[in-house]
Amino acid sequence: MNNYFKVLRPGINSTFQDLGRFGLQHLGIVASGSMDQLSFCNSNKLVGNKISEGALEFAYQGPLLEMNGENALVAVSGKVNFNLIKKNSEIIKGKSNESFQISNGDKIDILSTINSVYGYFSIFGGFKIEEVKGSVSTLVKAKIGPNNGNKLKIDDKIFFKKSHQTNKSKKIEFDFDKDNTIRVMQGLQVHYFSKKSQDDFFSKEYKVTKLTDRMGMRLEGVKLENIVNKNIKSEGITKGSIQVPGDGQPIILLSDHPTIGGYPKIANVITADYDKLVQKTPGTTIKFKLVNLAVAENAFQDYVRKF
Amino acid sequence: MLKKISNIGDCGITCDFGDEVNKNTNKEVIKLFNFIQDSVNRRKIKGILNYTPSYNKLIINFELGQIKSNQIIEFIKSNDYSKINLPENTKTVEIPICYDEEFALDIKRLEEKTKLNFKEIVSKHLETNFFVYMIGFVPGQPFLGDLNKNLYHDRLDTPRIRINKGSVGIVEKFCTIYTFESPGGWNIIGRTPFELFNINKTNTSILSPGDTVKFKSISKKEFTLFKNE
Repeated sequence: MNNYFKVLRPGINSTFQDLGRFGLQHLGIVASGSMDQLSFCNSNKLVGNKISEGALEFAYQGPLLEMNGENALVAVSGKVNFNLIKKNSEIIKGKSNESFQISNGDKIDILSTINSVYGYFSIFGGFKIEEVKGSVSTLVKAKIGPNNGNKLKIDDKIFFKKSHQTNKSKKIEFDFDKDNTIRVMQGLQVHYFSKKSQDDFFSKEYKVTKLTDRMGMRLEGVKLENIVNKNIKSEGITKGSIQVPGDGQPIILLSDHPTIGGYPKIANVITADYDKLVQKTPGTTIKFKLVNLAVAENAFQDYVRKF
Repeated sequence: MLKKISNIGDCGITCDFGDEVNKNTNKEVIKLFNFIQDSVNRRKIKGILNYTPSYNKLIINFELGQIKSNQIIEFIKSNDYSKINLPENTKTVEIPICYDEEFALDIKRLEEKTKLNFKEIVSKHLETNFFVYMIGFVPGQPFLGDLNKNLYHDRLDTPRIRINKGSVGIVEKFCTIYTFESPGGWNIIGRTPFELFNINKTNTSILSPGDTVKFKSISKKEFTLFKNE
């Protein structure tokens, strides 16, 4: 018997992701991977998978999926408003960060993320999806990844591995960090900006705009004055780099960033604050706090303890 | 020469080889790139996730839980990689290009700027052995140099919204080949039917940093035949 979910509604941007595809950036292939790595790993932990197993990432509105096959243990992580619609049409309000059983004919309707952007859906045993160069992460722009590198579409079938499990439901206490301070380290070209602009950037508020996706987050705030050169010789890009193009408004480069780029970078988001950053919805005002490497490395120690 | 190593956030470092963009500087970058790639493949260093060479820099990204930047910097400094003879794995690739007017969108603009006619522009482009400085922005897109000095031109004032896959463009002393349909501001002089990038092949990207590219002119008919192969 084939075990699969039928996609009745794909959601806005639903893609398979894992921890990322590495070792290929010199050929122009960015790592991609789940935006919020802690929530991604939680979705796997909830169903008893290894934390690197591929899961379905969704943004804002997720998919409506109908299950065909054997009973399975599934979970939705993040902060998500969703329903389990039983075969007999009974609607059960879903609980995020708590795994649950799903049976043949049941539907999962992922309505929306709550005051956040990304959520994850996983199943015990994992989805039957094809690895591309060692990863099931999807880079839609270059059509790289499972499902031919595409987002979910209506009528797609998502097969999952046979699980034969009797795993019990599991729960993780979880909430997003509501603090809007993002810690950053100085960027390579911080001195391209006037002293006043540096002070502004590290103290004033910036608003997350709607022009935000898996590639980058455009911010709006005090214009940053470049006093050296609006372009640099193109150089490799690191996730979390904050570049400032000619218009003086910063852009934070996120998981699907271009591999090289020619704009000066004022700062870099520290690893420990990246998950928190990507969950900030458009309209949120954030502030940057300048820290040094030692602080960032210590913050990372605290961050990994959450996994 | 490696001038400076700096941190990029808490999980990256940049190795800076100075401000010059020329083959000699880039060859130094690629030497270190080859050394790091080889060290990763032979498990001499752990936790390295990506290494990205550009004109004058190598950026190395790592997994913070596995290794810290000071350990990588120490590793680079303690190895005299410039003396290590890695197998010469660079190659020369011949790339067919069709300069038909349907594809050479900016020939008029270039003729005006360079005071050369179409034929002269093409022959100057064909006579160059291009060096692959770097690959990226999008998957497989090569940045080649150096163009014949007489062909130098700026970017378009208004970038095109859509440039077809395979288009060959030039700006300043560089030449690129668009591996995906994308927006772009380069002066387009022709198109190749040759597929430089295919994620499903073992050899995903035909070109690697440090390779040499030589263009070969083909007719529109050959272009079509090549496409249909």
